[in-house]
This record gives sequence, C-alpha cells and structure tokens, in this order.
Amino acid sequence: MSIKTETMTLNMGPQHPSTHGVFRLLVEVDGETITKAEPIMGYLHRGSEKLAERFLYTQFIPYTDRLDYMNAMTNNYVYCSAIERLLEWEVPERAEYLRVIVMELNRIASHLVWWGTYLLDIGALSPFLYAFRDRDHCLDLLNEISGARMTFNYVRIGGVKWDAPEGWVDRVKEKVKVLRENINEYDTLVTGNEIFQSRTIGVGKLSKEQILDWGISGPLARASGLKMDVRKDEPYSVYDRFDFDIPTREEGDVYARYKVRIDELYESLKIIEQACEQIPDGDIITKKGQRIMMIKPPAGEAYTRAEASKGEIGVYAISNGKNKPYRIKLRRPSFVNVAILQDLLVGQNIQNLVAIFGSLDIVLGEVDA
Amino acid sequence: MSQELLNTIVEKVNKTVGKEVLFFKPAEDEEQTEEKEEVEETAKLNFGKPMIILDSGDWNLTLAKMLRDDSDLGFDFLSCVTGVDYDEHMEVIYNLYNSEKIYYLYVKVKTPREKASVVSVESVWKSADYMEREIYDLLGIDFPGHWNLKRILLQDEWEGHPLRKDYVTDKKALGLD
Amino acid sequence: MELKGFRDTEQYDPRVLEDVKRSVFFTKVEQLKAWSRTTSLWPLSFGLACCAIEMMGTGAARYDFDRFGVIFRASPRHSDVMIVAGTVTSKMAPVLRTLYDQMPEPRYVISMGSCATCGGPYKEAYSVVNGVDKVVPVDVYVPGCPPTPPALLDGVELLREKIRREAKGEKVGQE
Repeated sequence: MSIKTETMTLNMGPQHPSTHGVFRLLVEVDGETITKAEPIMGYLHRGSEKLAERFLYTQFIPYTDRLDYMNAMTNNYVYCSAIERLLEWEVPERAEYLRVIVMELNRIASHLVWWGTYLLDIGALSPFLYAFRDRDHCLDLLNEISGARMTFNYVRIGGVKWDAPEGWVDRVKEKVKVLRENINEYDTLVTGNEIFQSRTIGVGKLSKEQILDWGISGPLARASGLKMDVRKDEPYSVYDRFDFDIPTREEGDVYARYKVRIDELYESLKIIEQACEQIPDGDIITKKGQRIMMIKPPAGEAYTRAEASKGEIGVYAISNGKNKPYRIKLRRPSFVNVAILQDLLVGQNIQNLVAIFGSLDIVLGEVDA
Repeated sequence: MSQELLNTIVEKVNKTVGKEVLFFKPAEDEEQTEEKEEVEETAKLNFGKPMIILDSGDWNLTLAKMLRDDSDLGFDFLSCVTGVDYDEHMEVIYNLYNSEKIYYLYVKVKTPREKASVVSVESVWKSADYMEREIYDLLGIDFPGHWNLKRILLQDEWEGHPLRKDYVTDKKALGLD
Repeated sequence: MELKGFRDTEQYDPRVLEDVKRSVFFTKVEQLKAWSRTTSLWPLSFGLACCAIEMMGTGAARYDFDRFGVIFRASPRHSDVMIVAGTVTSKMAPVLRTLYDQMPEPRYVISMGSCATCGGPYKEAYSVVNGVDKVVPVDVYVPGCPPTPPALLDGVELLREKIRREAKGEKVGQE
C-alpha cells in the first residue's frame, strides 16, 4: 500500500534576515527536496528608468548610485561612459586612473560585505564584524575623495568630480598593505574550515551551459569555468594597462564562487597598487563636462558595459539630441542572475537553500531598479 | 572586421528569412531614393558594432536559433533586452554576443504601438525570461510564446505601463502622496 | 531628591541617613519601565534598501550598536522598535504594516533616511510611498541619504530621550 503524500509550499520573505533586503521566494518542497522555486521581486521597485527621462544627464548619476549600493562607483562609471560614447568625448588620463582606483576599492568593499554576510547566513557570526571593519577602511578612503560613504556621485560625464586630496594616493597604498594582510588572515581562517567546506563543496552546481543560457555573468560565471570578464574582454577605462589575472574555477559549486571572490580581492589590490604607481598629473574633467546644462549628446544610441562586483552591468542610452535622455535602460546583473534560482534550486535540499541563495550575491536595489 | 561580420550576418539573415529584409544604404537607384526618402538602412555599424533592424513580422524563432547556432556567428549570450517607446512605434533591442570570440550584435525589432507584440526568445536564450517579463510589465509589449508572462516588478493589479511615454504619474490618485 | 516624610531627621543615625540617600530613590513605575526599555531597544532587522547596509554597518564592530543594548532581532514578535531603512514602495507598504501590527506594544518606529521620511530622491517615482508615516506612525526621523552610522546612533539616542520624557508625562513631538 502506498502512502499518499503532498508537496508543501514554503514562503520565504519579503522580510527575511538572509535575503538582505526585500525578496520573496516561494518554494515547493517534497519532504526535504525542493521541487519548484519561484522568486518574487519588485518590493523595492523605484522606477529609476522612468525618472531618468525627466532629469538632465548629470542629474541621473545619483540614481545609479542607488541601484547596486554596494558597488556604486562602477554604476556611476558605466552610466557616464555610455553618455561619453554618445558624445564621443575623450576623458583626461588622470580621471581614468582615479576612476579605476575608486572602482576597485569599491569592489573590495562589496566583496567584503558579501563575505561577511554570507558567512553570517551559514552560521558564522564573527566574520561579519571583521568584514565590516575592513570595509570601513575602504569607505574612509572613498569618503575622503568623494564626500560620501556609500552613494558617491563621484564619476561625472567627462571625468570625475573631485581631485584626490593631498596624500590620498599614499594613504591608499598604505591601506592596500593593511587590507592584503587582513584578507590573507580571513582566507586562512575560513577557507580551510572543515564545517564551512562541508556546507559548500558540491552544493548548488552550475554548468557552463546553464551559465550561457541564463546569461549569468561575474564571479558566478567564472566559478563555472568561463573566463568572462569585461575588464579583459573589452577593456574599458585604462584596464588594459594593468597586469592582473581573471581567477576562474572549474567546479561551479558554492565553494568555487567563494574562492573566486576571495581571489578577486587580491587581484583588485594588485590593480590598485599599479594604478597608484602609474597615476599621472593633469586635468580631472574635460572643459565641456563642467557645463552640465550644455551636455546634449547627438541623437543616437549606445550600449556600454562594465564589470561590477555582481557581474556585467550595462547601460543602453538613447538620446534624441535634447539635454534629457530619451531612454536609459539599465542591465542589472543581479536581476539577470537571480532568474537562475528557478533552475538551480530544483532538486536541492531545503537546508542548502540559504547557502545557495547567498552565494549568488544579489542586491535588491539592483534587482528591482 | 566588424564590417565583414555585418556582411556575413546580413547574408545569413536574408537567406534564413527568404527575402531581402536587411540592406545597406539604398543608394544605387537615385530616382527611387527620392521617392522613398524615409527608407532607413536596416543594417549598419553603431559605434563600430553591427546593428540590424527588423520588423516584428520577420523576427522569429528560426532566425534567433540561426543566430545562436550558426558556426560563424554563434551568439550564445544574450546580454540585454531593451524596450523603447517611440511615439509612432515600439522597439525591442537585443544585445547579443559571442562569449568566445567576443562578437557583438544589436538586433532591433520594430513593432506597432497598438497591440505591440514581439515573439519571445525565452526558449532560445533563457536569460530573456525575466528581461521580457520586465518589458511586458513596464512597457506593455506582448511576448507570445513566453512560458510565464506576467507582471514582475509591479503589483498584479497595477493599471497601465509606466515606461510608456504617455503614462502620467499621478501619485495622489495612486494614494502614495 | 528631597525626601518628603523624613522631617525629623535628628532622630536617625546620620550614617543610616547617608546610606538611605545614596541607595534609595523614588520614582514612578512608568519611569522605571521607560528606563528599562531605553537600555534594551531591540530593533527588527528590517532592511529595505541602501540604508540597510549602513544599519548593518552600525551594528558591526566599529560603531557597535550592542553597547547601547540595541540588538537586531529577526522576528517582529521579539522587537520593540522598527528601523525603516530604505524606500517604501507601494508593493512593500502592506507588508510593512503587517510587520508593524505583529510587533508587541509598546512599539516605536525610526524612519531612517530621506526615502523613508518623505520619498527622498524618489519623490516623483510612480511606485514609491512618499514617507513611511503614511503607513505607520513614526517617532524619530533620521535625515541623510543614507544617514551615516553616527546619525543613526543619534536617532536611537533621540528615541530614548523621547521614551524617558513621555514616561514623565510630557508630550514629545506632537504639534
């Protein structure tokens, strides 16, 4: 005689500590196995794309900060680079170097937040405290140059807003040493931990085919053996002048994603060091870029992309020759990456849900725009 | 290199559709161009990257599959799907690239504003799943063939499509102010 | 405090009197309750947007919320104060109200950041509620976009001040 069984629907969110925001996940479980997962989003939909149409080109930059608020500098950059491509402007070299330094500092801050909160999710409290301590090191430097801790509004069309204060570059160099030491310490503390490894190795595997099919980018793609990084594929800014590697792993599981992010931290530090050595003197913004009312790109459209900490961020800008954008479309990596949950969670154990979900590193501001 | 790639794309797309849907500047016949001044070239380079413009009637799954599977093209990564509301028509723009050789392609699909509809490529590139739902939600373009086409960012009972140019934001009426 | 009812102090041993002055004080039950509340304000960890990261940063090692007895709880049933950190959208507003209703009395709300206070930069957006005070009553507004951790600490301090003064019977922040 067979026993009649039923699946159970389980609701997670929108207020749930491990989503780090307002995200809802409906999962159907058969015993302990997930049979269906449906992400529900939009709890933070703020209509940035509509707002873009009513502002001047420069006025929209603060809104890009608030998309992926962990990695705001890259968002600033990618938006400005799309407009610069429409305008066909050359950016002063010093500005490009400053952009690279702040973007990489911000990437470190973003990865550290992920590192801390992810370990918090799977049961380790103290890494969170350490990660935020080091994140504050990065934010102090960014605060000094831009005047804000998170939402910088620093990169401008045609350059950057402020020049580095006196001695800032040297302070960055010093902090890089501190950060490298600390990250090394965290790496030795956590990565080899047996409990951590047994929770992550072999969990939530993603194949190369899945990655390409679902349009996944960033550390997730690199953890599955795809050498995809916009910094190398299509070097933007001055990234072609630095010597750095793209860390990749073949396994595609949660542990591989963790390792890729940790290795990326070291690569970012390498880039910052080189940029600090090479940075030239000169202007920080083009003459035309200072007159924000006069920024009127000719009619046309341009798509630019950059490598944010979550993946490939893109901006599709359409201009009709006026001083306000006709349409700004934001390709948000988290929004694309989160779709994989529908596929990835099926067949997994319910206990692994948080471990897998956290490894995607999504930011809700970016998912919902 | 981009020009050669564009030539290959034009040739292959025309062959797949079975008629001349893509052409460069129609400059050969001067008399005809004067009569049809509005004729827009449908294959061009946009900031050095190939762009093709199609009508929604000519854009279908066979064509999408050809773009993905052809050995010369192999656009296996759909990066971005954009919906745009022009006053006379709507457009859906696909940004494709080849993940190995780093080729790019913009595919623009035009559709009339009334009953806007573009065939869903969700079965070819899975990444279109959410991006098409987003466009359906915010612009109201229908994607026939999508497995789960419903609102994604706004509530199910929301009225209208906010990214359309004629949408008026009235926060008092929505009860938000 | 002047000790009423102890007029004839001469008949007490001065050492006992000194001891009484040092270790006994009179207060109202309300004020005692307020005192205990202010030293263990448990907020609901309810991050909405950018401000949530700064809220987490306040809870971390450098700013150390725990020294004020502010310890984040994941369930509304455990918490006394809700820090609304971020933009409230029309889709989120009913959820927020439900969470508020689930919190036990007495409950307080801190509106953190300009989005929660008035809509902030998203004032004109079609899906954003212009201020969380349209959904739940707010006790303290913290300005900033996002407010820095010291600003949030100040906000919590203001809330404690409010709780203390309300226990004394004063009206705070109304009209």
